[in-house]
Amino acid sequence: MRHLLDTRDLSRAEAVSLLDTADRMGEVGHREVKKLPALRGRTVVNLFFEDSTRTRISFETAEKRLSADVINFAAKGSSVSKGESLKDTAQTLEAINADAVVIRHPGSGAPQRLATSGWIDAPVINAGDGTHAHPTQALLDAMTLRQHRARLASADTAGTDLAGLRVAIVGDVLHSRVARSNVWLLHTLGAEVTLVAPPTLLPVGVDAWPVAVEYDLDAALARGQDAVMMLRIQRERMNAAFFPSAEEYARLWGLTPERLRALEAAGGGTAILHPGPMNRGLEISSEAADSDRSLVLDQVTNGVSVRMAVLYHLLTGPQAPHGPDEEGHHDR
Amino acid sequence: MREPSESIEGPGTGTPRRARVILDAADVDRALTRISHEIVEANKGTDGLVLLGIPRRGYPLARRIAEKIARSYPGFDPAEGLGQLDVTMYRDDLRRSTSRTPMPTQLPPRGIDRRNVVLVDDVLYSGRTIRAALDAMADFGRPAVVRLAVLIDRGHRQLPIRADHVGKNLPTSLDESVKVYLEEIDGAAGGPDRVQILAPAGSEDRS
Repeated sequence: MRHLLDTRDLSRAEAVSLLDTADRMGEVGHREVKKLPALRGRTVVNLFFEDSTRTRISFETAEKRLSADVINFAAKGSSVSKGESLKDTAQTLEAINADAVVIRHPGSGAPQRLATSGWIDAPVINAGDGTHAHPTQALLDAMTLRQHRARLASADTAGTDLAGLRVAIVGDVLHSRVARSNVWLLHTLGAEVTLVAPPTLLPVGVDAWPVAVEYDLDAALARGQDAVMMLRIQRERMNAAFFPSAEEYARLWGLTPERLRALEAAGGGTAILHPGPMNRGLEISSEAADSDRSLVLDQVTNGVSVRMAVLYHLLTGPQAPHGPDEEGHHDR
Repeated sequence: MREPSESIEGPGTGTPRRARVILDAADVDRALTRISHEIVEANKGTDGLVLLGIPRRGYPLARRIAEKIARSYPGFDPAEGLGQLDVTMYRDDLRRSTSRTPMPTQLPPRGIDRRNVVLVDDVLYSGRTIRAALDAMADFGRPAVVRLAVLIDRGHRQLPIRADHVGKNLPTSLDESVKVYLEEIDGAAGGPDRVQILAPAGSEDRS
C-alpha cells in the first residue's frame, strides 16, 4: 500500500490489518500520555480545498498522537484563492519535504492525480474527493461495525471481518462518497449491503455495484438489519429538486421516532450510524441520534484511530526511493 | 519479527538451513523455574513485583514465570503482577523493516508506578527491543526498578544493555538464527517447546 485513495484498492487482508492496528491505536486515547513516537520528525500536510471540521480535526489529532509535525493548508486564505494550480501547490509541498499529504478536494479524482502525476513522492491519503471516495470514513465505519458485532457476541475483534453482517445505507447515495467507499469496503469484508433511497438519489450504474437496492425503508428494516447507516442530505451539492419536500423525505426515508420504536419493538441489536454532520429532523430524528443504538460518537473516536493506523502503515516500513519506482510496496 | 534472530525462512523459502535443538521442552521448563526463583531472590520477596512480557513470545514466558512464582510464593497474584508491553511504536527501525501490526499493551490494574518491573523476552540479541521497551514504559509510569529476564542471550549487543536473568547463554555467529517455539504462540503444529539454532547450509559445524 503506497497511497490510500479508494477502498476499492484494499484487499481483505489489508483492510483487516488496518482495522487491527486501529484497535491498538484506540488504546492510546485512554492513556495518560496520549502520544506515540512512531512518526517523530516526519511532516504531514493537511491540504483542504473543501470545508471540513471533523475530518480535518480528526486527521490532525491522529497525526499529533503519532508525533508527526503537522502543517494545515486550507484553500481559503491561501494562494489557491489567487488562482494557484494543484500542481504548483503540490510542488511547493514537495519543496518543503512533506512526508505525507492528506488531501480533501471538491473534484473527484484530485487525490489520484496528486498521487500518480509525479509531482510529489510522498504518500497521498484521500480525505474525501468530490462524489468519489472517502476511504478513512469507510474504515472508521467498518471499525465501528466490527466493534459493535464483537460487543454483542462478547468476542475479540482481532483478525475478524464483517462476513454476513447486514448493513442498510440509507439516503443520498447519489452525492455520497461515504456511501461509495462503504459499499466497496463492506463488500470486501463480506457484509451484505442494501442501499435504500428514492430513485432520484441513486446513481446511474448502481446495478453494477455489489449491493441490493430497495426503495422502501420500512421494508428494508423489516427484513432485519444489523446496522443502518443514515447519509446526510447534501444540500450544497444539490442543484435540482431530488425530492418534493424536506418533510416528505423525512417521512419516507428518515429515521423517524416511529421507525426507531419499530426497531425497538423488533428487538435485535440494530446499530445506528451517521457520518456527520447530522441534519436532525431531516434524515435522522433527534430521538434516533441520541438513542442507545446510536454509535455516532464511537465513529468520531474511531476516526482518530483508523487515521493513525493509515498514517502508520503508509509511513513506516521501507520507504519509496525518490522516483516513480514503487517496487516492494505490494507485498506488505 | 522483532529481532533479526526471528527472521527465519521456513523450509522451502530462501536458502536451506540446518537446525539444531539447543533446549528441549524440559530444558525450557527448568530454565524458567530457575529464573522465577532468581527473580524473587533479587527482588527480596514478591512485594511490588510486576512481570511484563514483550509480545509475541515474551508474554507467554512471563505468564509461565508468574505461574511458577505464584505456586512457590502464595503472596504473589498473577492478576496483579503480570502484564504485556508492546514496543512496536517505539522501535528505531520503523522506517526500514516491514510495517508491523501492533499488539495490545495490558498493564496490571495498579500500573507500574513505583513497582519493581521485570521485562521478559525470548531472545536477547541487539538490545534494540529492550531499548524500545524502556521508552514505552516511560509513557506508562516510573517503575522503582527495571530488570530483564530472557530465555536466550545470543550475544552481539549493539547497545549497552544486559540481562539480569538468563535461561541460557548461547554464543552464535551473525549468520545463524535462534528460533524459540512455544505452544501458546506456535500451537500444536509448531511441535514441542524448544529452542533451535539455524545455521546456513554448508557452514562449518562449530561444535
